[in-house]
Formats: sequence, structure tokens, C-alpha cells
Amino acid sequence: MARRIDQQQVRKVAKLSRLDLTDHELEEFTSQLGAILEYVEKMNKLNTDNVEPLAHCLPVSNVFREDCVKESIGTERALANAPERDESFFKVPKILDDGSGA
Amino acid sequence: MADLKYKVIVGLEIHVQLCTKSKMFCGCAVEFGAEPNSRVCPVCLGMPGVLPVMNKQAFEYAVMVGLALNCRIPMFTKWDRKSYYYPDLPKNYQISQYDLPLSENGYIEIPLESSQTKRIGIIRAHLEEDAGKNLHATGNFSQVDLNRTGTPLLEIVTEPDMNSGAEVRALAVELQRMVRFLGVSEADMQKGHMRFEPNINLIITRGDGEFRTPITEIKNLNSFRALERSVNYEAQRQLDEFIETGIVMEMGNKTTRGWDDEKEVTVLQREKEEAHDYRYFPDPDLVPVELTQQWLDEIKSRLCELPLKKQMRYVQEYCLSDYDAGVLTADRSTADFFDEAVKAGGEPKRLCNLITQTGLKITKEKNCSINDLSVTPQSLADLAKMVEDSIISAGSAATIFEAMVETGKEPDVLAQELNLIQKSDAGELEKIVDTVLMENPQAVEDVTSGGKKEKKAMGFLLGQVMQKTKGQANPKVVSEILAKKLG
Amino acid sequence: MEELSALELRDQIAAGKISSVEATKAVFERIRKFEPVIGAYISTHEDRALEFAADVDRRIAAGEKMGQLAGVPVAIKDNMCTTFGATTCASKILENFHAPYNATVVEKLLAADAVIIGKANMDEFAMGSSTENSGLKQTVNPWDTTRVPGGSSGGATAAVAGRLCFAALGSDTGGSIRQPASFCGVVGLKPTYGRVSRYGLVAYGSSLDQIGPITRNVADTALLLNVIAGHDPADSTSVDETKAPVSVYLQNLDKPIDGLRIAIVPQFNAGAEEQVQKALNEAISVYKNLGAEIIEIEMPHLDYAIAAYYVIATAEASSNLARYDGVHYGHRTENPRDYVEVYTKSRAEAFGQEVKRRIMLGTYALSSGYYDAYYLKALKVRNLIRGDFTAAFEKCDCVMMPVAPTTAFKIGEKVNDPLQMYLSDIYTISANLAGIPGISIPCGMDDKGLPIGLQIMVPAFVEEKLLRIARMFEAQTDWHMKKPPMNEK
Ligand SMILES: [Mg+2]
Ligand SMILES: [Zn+2]
Repeated sequence: MARRIDQQQVRKVAKLSRLDLTDHELEEFTSQLGAILEYVEKMNKLNTDNVEPLAHCLPVSNVFREDCVKESIGTERALANAPERDESFFKVPKILDDGSGA
Repeated sequence: MADLKYKVIVGLEIHVQLCTKSKMFCGCAVEFGAEPNSRVCPVCLGMPGVLPVMNKQAFEYAVMVGLALNCRIPMFTKWDRKSYYYPDLPKNYQISQYDLPLSENGYIEIPLESSQTKRIGIIRAHLEEDAGKNLHATGNFSQVDLNRTGTPLLEIVTEPDMNSGAEVRALAVELQRMVRFLGVSEADMQKGHMRFEPNINLIITRGDGEFRTPITEIKNLNSFRALERSVNYEAQRQLDEFIETGIVMEMGNKTTRGWDDEKEVTVLQREKEEAHDYRYFPDPDLVPVELTQQWLDEIKSRLCELPLKKQMRYVQEYCLSDYDAGVLTADRSTADFFDEAVKAGGEPKRLCNLITQTGLKITKEKNCSINDLSVTPQSLADLAKMVEDSIISAGSAATIFEAMVETGKEPDVLAQELNLIQKSDAGELEKIVDTVLMENPQAVEDVTSGGKKEKKAMGFLLGQVMQKTKGQANPKVVSEILAKKLG
Repeated sequence: MEELSALELRDQIAAGKISSVEATKAVFERIRKFEPVIGAYISTHEDRALEFAADVDRRIAAGEKMGQLAGVPVAIKDNMCTTFGATTCASKILENFHAPYNATVVEKLLAADAVIIGKANMDEFAMGSSTENSGLKQTVNPWDTTRVPGGSSGGATAAVAGRLCFAALGSDTGGSIRQPASFCGVVGLKPTYGRVSRYGLVAYGSSLDQIGPITRNVADTALLLNVIAGHDPADSTSVDETKAPVSVYLQNLDKPIDGLRIAIVPQFNAGAEEQVQKALNEAISVYKNLGAEIIEIEMPHLDYAIAAYYVIATAEASSNLARYDGVHYGHRTENPRDYVEVYTKSRAEAFGQEVKRRIMLGTYALSSGYYDAYYLKALKVRNLIRGDFTAAFEKCDCVMMPVAPTTAFKIGEKVNDPLQMYLSDIYTISANLAGIPGISIPCGMDDKGLPIGLQIMVPAFVEEKLLRIARMFEAQTDWHMKKPPMNEK
């Protein structure tokens, strides 16, 4: 049987997931994810050509709030859990690239 | 190289901040310039366990723009998550719309030189939440402010239908005017309410065939000027690069370049390590929006005549110059005021002059809107009518307009008070004319003998009459009397 | 006193026979004795609880109108945000996280005057079926301390079974209330998706997660459900009560359902251990003796539930857990080289193996080139599974099946084989995929003296009927009265 996922793919997924993996983890995850994916692929036995995807069981739409301002929690509480802060800002190592995607 | 020809191809991605009071998914105030991280709550901080709830106003504003952009508005739309990691994005995914945007397939007309317009295709416009701001302070760290996080943004994507920096600028300006007219965005470039990302490349034809240069996307544009110049710069840069290296689209990836506003050049930006894989999927925390025809009609009814259409109507119906019509439609309040005054019976050209020459001078000084001047459209129409009926002179009208702003009094009252009503009583004026003729025999001689001094002498006599009446004589009536007496 | 149900305790407190302070003190007395063995709690809040209890007593004495749980000591799973103490999700990444807000269910408990005594252990981010994936501590099964309590709400079920609280709230994404309830011999309800607000519940699989009661009997579950159910404007997926009214679940609880039709899926149930099947069959015959009609049906897509679940839940989780990045809160690695290392190292250091595995699996299922084959396919299979239930409920009032294929397994038995662990959720997952309510009630014991649960599922939003069906069984049997043998360390 063809391998479902190889180490190179696992490395790529780890990067997308922002997880540093040890060599040991890389190896272990490759085999474990491979086994899980093989199991998951049993879904392919089902013909779903005319089946709608169901992302949500709720028969609900149009849930809105009115455009009303509610009080914010304030800078101190916002930053209370911050691992590092600089005055009223969250602080991170210098960002050099442009990773925004908006 | 003499036979080389090229065409610039530009498409735009535009983010417009909608002017709701609160954020898109929480009740925090949308406010520019507040203390860092003070307009935040667990929801927009992306804290564990929080859930978003959609701001109805933001959705309706977005639909209004979609309609104004002549888009198809699907009756079903939903929210997706777009994943990427960046410190200004606390959840590390952005709530956006992927395969079912709230509007698609539209167009916008943009004004070109010489009152022509051009139609630019709109691929789609969708709603999403804004990220916060990373500030790159001095030192080896960056600061993150999440006040802006969660602000409603409309992302508009155009077809690559623009062919010059000037056209790109025209679209940007037109869009700004449009969203301001609709009242859905302040569209202040300096506050980042509108952000433009042009995608540019060239189609080059040369003896040996047709070539397309690799597409570049330009970021960090914060003025219309920068937008226009960066496009022009980038077109030239791509042309030079092609001539030098022969690089074409098939050979290179799309790159991102930043605009250096001081040096006026684009600079290649450092790319993220891996290619984007945004892993869009439907946001399970939000439910879809299903429009009804009734709701859509109701939103439609909130639209107004759009600025470009209005501008063209002013030119055609009122014979205003394209320039004047543009000034009147630069913002909604001025155009509305003008429309009201016309409806109140004012002559359009006269009103236009009063508004553009006097009104907007005052609003600029006072830094306010024309509605704030305590002059009603009806009063201004009355003032225009007084000029039309020769009750006052055009020059006096400006004086009276200024006095109206100062005192809040009606124009007829002010005309009396300021003694600016023109004398049109022929009997009274005849006496004054007779006196002037008596006092100036030489001028009379010059007129009656004809010859090259006649015109000048006539003007002199008219001026003397105006002086004696302190400018209050109706010049038309005086001219008639003079002509009769000396004819 | 510890043998009183939550409802009985509430009534005795209301009647002035016991004070809330006494009850709370008694619970903490037991916690001091047995918690070192059981390990049910990540944090307890004795001072706060006693203060709250004293206030309840004072208000009762003053004749104030009190909430439905006035004075009753309860526990909550540590994935519900509280402004007191930390909210950890049993993860090192949130070990020191102090939420600036209360989950809606916490607000509702407080409004009901319940005394929240502590936050229960769980599998890290609710990912697991044994509570062995807790990044902070181990919980054992009160019935046999060499065995797991089940998971992921293992701390909460162990606390209820061990009388370390009178009732608890857990959360259920693929069976995380029902399976540990079955393993610990208590009642556990997963309500209809949308019945209880998720606001403040730290998300795992957002389209599947649901908070529900864990109690010693069905009446207590009815009572707790009444406290926590209902529409919440802060949760777009919580259902409007005009569409799905919340009834007073205690009111008709003892009224049996006339002409009850029960469906069973013999082929599917055959996958369970023999003793589990036997207990199920005996439970079914109790209903038969009460006049119920038993219908055998097929639900051909249930076999695919685990496959669909592990794609959908992990896909959602990979996105839900992206926020734990060491930037705005939570664990941050020391001396990162650059901001990207803040992400990659903080997450690598503080997430446990199962969490990493599921994030990886979910990321893969959503990544370009694999989305259609895995994620989209799973959503379609989910629809087929829901269709199985829709078809079944045309013929019956409820479907009954085992809760888990086995009784509580040994600690360490399945930790090295994640797939085997996933397969133990076979009977519970489909209710989450279909969004319908399911309950686990004690219905037997195996030859090792370990509890076995009966699972009952009904259509969406008919919890009232579900509880009455469960109560019909409970009224005929005393499995729910059995107590685990507790030993001090
Ligand atoms: Mg965008
Ligand atoms: Zn907020």
C-alpha cells in the first residue's frame, strides 16, 4: 500500500501548524498520521456524489447584533496575560517580513 | 528596440473600512487614535472560548456598496476562516469570505480626462475583519496594538482593466467619493480607511512576439499620489527589467514590492518562508446570511444617486462645466445642498457659483460642511433669485452670502440692511445720468462724435453713474438710459 | 450528607436543614481525603466557595428568592472560562491563563446560586478519551484506580462518582461527557447542539462541542440542564427559544412515555464487548417489560462516523488552537530567535503529543490539495450520518446503543496507539455529528465490578422526552445507586 503521508509532507504540515518537531516526533507522526489517514480513507467506500456537505447541523441563519458600542475591558486587563509587554503594547521580537494577508 | 510597444495592465485589491460604531464581531468601539489596546475585549483579543456575533450594520453597508458597484448580490452568503500566523491577528485566522462572497460580477464607471468615462470590472466585494497593527519600534522588537482588530473591512477586487497610473488614481478617487456618498465609510486615506494594492504587469509587443512581464503587487500606499506614482514607476521598472533580462511571467512568481514614499521607488519585499496556504473553511462559529427580496429592496432604497452620475447630470441638465460639477459632487452634503437649492427655485448656474466660489471658501475656512453654515438651501435659492431678478448685483450676492453665514438672517433682510439693493427706478436714475452728462462734456463729446474713443467714454460715464449711486444702480438700466440720451 | 443528590441537597438547604457552608465544608473534607488518589481537580477554590456558600446561607435566612441550585457545591471542567482562578484546558500553554470573563454557563450557575468549588481535570483541550492526555495531572477511575476515568471530561465524572462534588458540567465533542460517565457509573448528558451556550467554552471542534450536566441521577441532570439551557446572544449558534423552547425538565420527569418505540442497531452493537452487549440487552428488556416496542434497524453510515469525526473535529481544532501562539497570552518560549520562533517553539514546548497530532491531522485535511479528499468528503459523510438518524426517528422515539465498546480500560493501555483510542468513541461520535442529544445512564456492571452505561439518543431539542425515557429505566433499577469503593491514600 502506498504511504499516505511522507516525512516531507509532515514537515510541511508542521510548518503550516507552527510546530517545531523533533526528529523523533517527525518519524512518529509520519507513521501515526499515515495509519489514521488510511483508516479515514474508508470514507471513500461511500458514494457521496449527490450529497451536500454538512458543515453545521443547525437550521439557523441571520444571527446579528445591532451596531452598539459596548465598553471595552481596558488596556490593563487586555495585557494582564501578555507574556511580554512594552508600555501599552504586546511585545514580540522584531517583525521583518510582511506576513499580513488581509 | 524602436518597434517595442507595451500596455500597462493593472488590477486593484482595495480594502475599505466601514464606518460602523462598533466592530464587526464584538461591541468594541471603532476609534482611530485611542490609547493602544484600549478598544479591545475578549472577543477581538481572540481569547480562549470567545465567539463572534455579526454586526448587522456592517453587513448592510457592504451590500450597499455591492449594489452601488452594480454587483450581483447572492441571496445566500457565509463566513470562512482564512488561516495565517501574524502577531496582529490574535486568532491567527481572519474571518472572511471565500467561495460565496456577498457580491460579485459588477463594475464601476470612472471619469477620465475630457468628460469620458471608462468601465472597470469588479470581480467581487466581500466582508472581512481587519487585523491590528504591528509597530516596528526602535530596538530589536515590535509592538502590537489590537485596537483596529475586528474593524469591518470591505475587500473589493477589480478586474485588471486599468492601463495607467492615472486610471488607477481615477478609480481610487471615484471609489472614495462613492463610499462617502453612500455614508458607509469615512474613506480617509490618512487614517488607513482605504488601502490599495495594485497588481501590475505589462504586455509587451516586439518584433519577435508578445510578452507578459511577471505580476508585482505593491503595498504600503497611503495616498492617491503614491498610488499613481507607484504604478507608473513600476510599469517603467518592469519595462527596463524586461529589456535588460527578458524575464516574462512564465519564468517568475508574483512578487510583492513596497512603495518607498521618500525615494519614490518600489522595493522588493521579503517574502514569507512558505507559500501561502490559507486553508479556508466555513467558520463553524457563525451562521450564514440569507437575504430576502424584501430586505434587499429595503437596503436598495437606502442608496442615493451616485456621484459620477450626478456629476454628469449637472453637466447635461444645468450646463455646468465638468469642473464645477465635479466640485459640487466631491461630497454628498454639498451635492445634496445644491440639489435642494435647485429644487427651491434657484437658478443652477447661479447657485453653483455661489456655492463653489463663496460657500466652499467659507466651509474650508471653518473646516465644516455646508450644512453647518446655518444657511438653508431655500435661503440660498432666494439669494440666487435676487441676482437673477437684478435686485442685487452678483458681487453683492457674495457679500450677502457671507453675511447670512455670520448673522443667520435672510438675504432680503440683509440686502436692505447692507444697502445693497440695486436702483432700477428709471426716473431717479435719469436725474443722476443728467448730472453726470453735465459734469463730463468731454466724454459726451467723445461718445456723440463716434470714433475710437466712443466705447471707452461710454464706460467712463457708466462708471461715474455707478460711483454716484455707490454701486447700487442697475448697470443694465443705466446703459439703456445712456444709450437713449446719447444715441 | 454526601449521598444526597444535588436536588435533595438543594431542598434541604432551602428548608434550613443543612447549610450550604456545611455542605461545602463536607465536600472539601472529602477532597482532602480522596483527591490525592483520584486527581479529579486541576484547581479548587475553597475560600471563594465558602464565602459564596455563606452568602447563600445569609440570603436564604433573609428569605430572599434563591436560584435553582442555591448552595449546591458543583464542579466544572477546566475548559470553561472563569474570572476566578486559571482556565487551563489541562494544557501547559494555558497553565497561567486567567480569563477576564466568565463563560455563559458559569454566569448561569452563579445566577442559580450554585457554589462552584473547582475546575476539573480533562484531556488537554478535550482531546482524548481517557484524561491521560492532561498536560497537568492524572485522574484515575474511582471504581478502580488502575483504570482511566474515561475522557475527556474524566475529572468531572470522577469527581461526581467519588462524591467530590454534587454535580458537574462537562463538555462533549465526540462523547466526552457520555463515555466517562459510563466509565465512572454516573449520568451524563450531551444536549442538542445549540441548546447550551458555548460562549466561554474553550473551543475544540466548534460545530460539535456542547456543554452538558454530569450527575448522580437523571433528576439532577434535568435540574442542571434547566439552569444552563437557553439562548445566548453571545453565541450565534445557540438556538432561539421561540424555535426550541426550554421546558421545565423536572416537571414531567416521572411520567413514563406511553407506547415508547425504541430502535436498536444489532449489527452495529455487535462491535461492543460481550458484557457490554449483555448489559444493553438487559436494559432493553427492562423497557420491554414497561411496554416499549423494540425495533431493529440499520444505520449503514454509522461505521464511518469515526473517520468523518476525526477529520472535521481536527480541522476545526487546527484553526481553533492557532491562537495559542505565545504572543498575547499563554506560554512563551524563552529567548526566541525571531517572532516565528515565538510560535513554533512555544507551541512545541507547551502542547502535548495528542494535541500536536490532531493539529497536524486537521491542518493536513484543510491544506491545499487535500481539502476535497478529506474535509469536504467528511462533511458529506456527516450529512449521510445525520440522514441515518432522520430516517430512524421516523420509526422510533429513540435509538439505544452502548456508550462505549468496553468498560474503563487500564491506564496506559491505549496511549501508544492513537487510532485504537479513537475507535473507542465509535458509539458516541455520531450524536455529535448529527447534532442530537444523547445521554449515558448506568445500566450494569461487568465481572470486574466496573460500570457500564446505556446510551439513549433522541431527535434534536427533545431533551424533555430523553430525560423521561432515561428516568423510566432509573426508576426500575438501582445501578445509579452503586458507589465506587473509595480508599484514602
Ligand atoms: Mg482580504
Ligand atoms: Zn472587542
